[in-house]
Amino acid sequence: MELTGAEIFVRCLQDEGVEYIFGYPGGAVLHIYDELYKQDKIKHILVRHEQAAGHAADGYARATGKPGVALVTSGPGATNVVTGIATAYMDSIPMVVFTGQVPTSLIGNDAFQEVDSVGITRPCVKHNFLVKDVADLATTIKKAFYIATTGRPGPVVVDIPKDVTAQRTEYSYPKEISIRSYNPVAKGHSGQIRKAIDLMLSAKRPMVYSGGGIVLGNAAEQLTELTRLLGFPITNTLMGLGGYPATDKQFVGMLGMHGTYEANMAMHNCDVLIAIGARFDDRVTGNIAKFCPNAKIIHVDIDPASISKNVKVDVPIVGPVDTVLKEMLKLLKDDPRRPDAAALKAWWKQIDEWRAMDCLKYDRASELIKPQFVIETLYKVTDGDAFVTSDVGQHQMFAAQFYKFDKPRRWINSGGLGTMGFGLPAAMGVQLAYPDETVVCVTGEGSIQMCIQELSTCKQYGLPLKIVNLNNGFLGMVRQWQEFFYQGRYAMSYMESLPDFVKLAEAYGQIGMRIEKPGDVEGALREAMRIRDRLVFMDFIIDRTENVYPMVPAGAGQNEMILV
Amino acid sequence: MRHIISILMENEAGALSRVAGLFSARGYNIESLTVAPTEDPSLSRMTLVTTGTDEIIEQITKQLNKLVDVVKLMDMTDGPHIEREMMLVKVSTVGAGREEIKRLSDIFRGRIIDVTDSTYTIELTGTSSKLDAFLEALDKAVIVEVLRSGVIGIARGEKALRI
Repeated sequence: MELTGAEIFVRCLQDEGVEYIFGYPGGAVLHIYDELYKQDKIKHILVRHEQAAGHAADGYARATGKPGVALVTSGPGATNVVTGIATAYMDSIPMVVFTGQVPTSLIGNDAFQEVDSVGITRPCVKHNFLVKDVADLATTIKKAFYIATTGRPGPVVVDIPKDVTAQRTEYSYPKEISIRSYNPVAKGHSGQIRKAIDLMLSAKRPMVYSGGGIVLGNAAEQLTELTRLLGFPITNTLMGLGGYPATDKQFVGMLGMHGTYEANMAMHNCDVLIAIGARFDDRVTGNIAKFCPNAKIIHVDIDPASISKNVKVDVPIVGPVDTVLKEMLKLLKDDPRRPDAAALKAWWKQIDEWRAMDCLKYDRASELIKPQFVIETLYKVTDGDAFVTSDVGQHQMFAAQFYKFDKPRRWINSGGLGTMGFGLPAAMGVQLAYPDETVVCVTGEGSIQMCIQELSTCKQYGLPLKIVNLNNGFLGMVRQWQEFFYQGRYAMSYMESLPDFVKLAEAYGQIGMRIEKPGDVEGALREAMRIRDRLVFMDFIIDRTENVYPMVPAGAGQNEMILV
Repeated sequence: MRHIISILMENEAGALSRVAGLFSARGYNIESLTVAPTEDPSLSRMTLVTTGTDEIIEQITKQLNKLVDVVKLMDMTDGPHIEREMMLVKVSTVGAGREEIKRLSDIFRGRIIDVTDSTYTIELTGTSSKLDAFLEALDKAVIVEVLRSGVIGIARGEKALRI
């Protein structure tokens, strides 16, 4: 039987097992929306701005590992979702974004709500398609999901002109697909893996540095087993938190610009660095010329282009992190050799001395609410087991430093692009995927206002998010840089005329709380967590002058940290 | 160093802009770029000339390989290869100068493919440096128009870029 393009679209998504579409209707996608209306397998979540559709699909993908799906109309719908796409691209999140397009006969005519969506999104997608013929629609959708979820994941855009959604053709959804020009590596090179093992076992001061690839590649278990077997210290990147249990004694904290003293010092002084699923981002390495000056480097990554991009490595291994780690574990278990115990003991002694610096200390006796204290209390109140999304800035760093993630996919933030406005819509995606779990959005009064309209979406779908707003009345991270590097000239980082967030939350039909004293923090958090049927917006009025420490200033070496 | 990179890619709309976009987005140089379909109409062959350190060239080839439309590529400069570029030069020439231009063209194994009372159009094929040398040898004042095709390259011997 022949189906219309719109019917085919819906059938494809059903056959692909899509649970949720995050979207916003408009002229070019009306045929599709009409078909969505007629079925109930796929649930459509109506956001209030297309940027949020991107972030919500992204949050869903990060929490579940399944591809997120967004659907927007042509023109402004497509341009609005670009931030969501770029965010997912920078963090390698599997996502398929469908954009409506003007009818093929009008493409190039500057038609109403026309924009070259394929052109605009090209630099921030893994791949994109314009479907010009309904006969190609099903195969293109299959390809989109295949490309988004395999190899190094990423967002794929499918642009569908309106007339294509009305044309008819026979429907069949391909079970499998192969693309001759796209063949992700299935396993690491065994010879290289052996070389890596030899190097690891010869180390006197080894260091494991793992990133978001561990989370995306579902390799936390193997990483944990390998690290424990070897007894090596391990650090995680911002994106990799939860890839190794943060409460484990071998974990030395996050590294990088706001990493711990012990993590950065161990990086700087190690003799063998084992980088797994990480990409040597500038926020991690600091000044490349001063990076790990004495280390031989092993780098495991699924993307060959990540290897030796920023830092030249000695033993590159291209492959999926889980299979490479499994092979390493197997080889190590069969190997009679073990790491040099005496050297390791001395190395740990040194690391423990760095640890004793207690670089994350803060004034616990302060009469003002300290942001660190809020996160620590949140950790305690949620038993360390909540899904935590964040926006971008100081609050993001405090959350990364003070919430100890023991499991992967619990920490959801925009690391690569650094997108303010990400936290709330991302949390919606997480909560929909896990309706019974506690989902907290840690944010600031700057970031939250970038997608605040989504409080309305949360109301419509009854999403009981817990918003922790660390309100210091400043764009905190901007203020911190201005304090350190611009002699305290706080150019436009102070926000006057903030809304009354309590009333605002109430206006959206949610619950608002304002917390102004340290003594009220725990009680408020406990009360909020007890409320299971509504969103609670907690506005914590915090110390406005608090900074994030330690800090590696841009351009400095990892060992050149500003400490409290 | 100068590299000639040949790319087999899907002959699809937008494939060229993916390559061009990659170079501008990552700040790589393109000296020349030519593209045309191959004997297999589903494939295009692109040849681009770029310069950079070994590290940059490694990144360029890796990033190109990452493009979903790129089927296969080869850095011609890695081994013995032949490079060719075609040039058309229109020169304005009258009187005694005409014989001189004709001789110069013969020396460079060029062909005069169009003649008027006041112009010659010369076709010349060779390596880029040979074409440069010909232009150097010409009096700048007589050059009316210069067209260069961009470089194409092929490996010597049995080595071939094909799927």
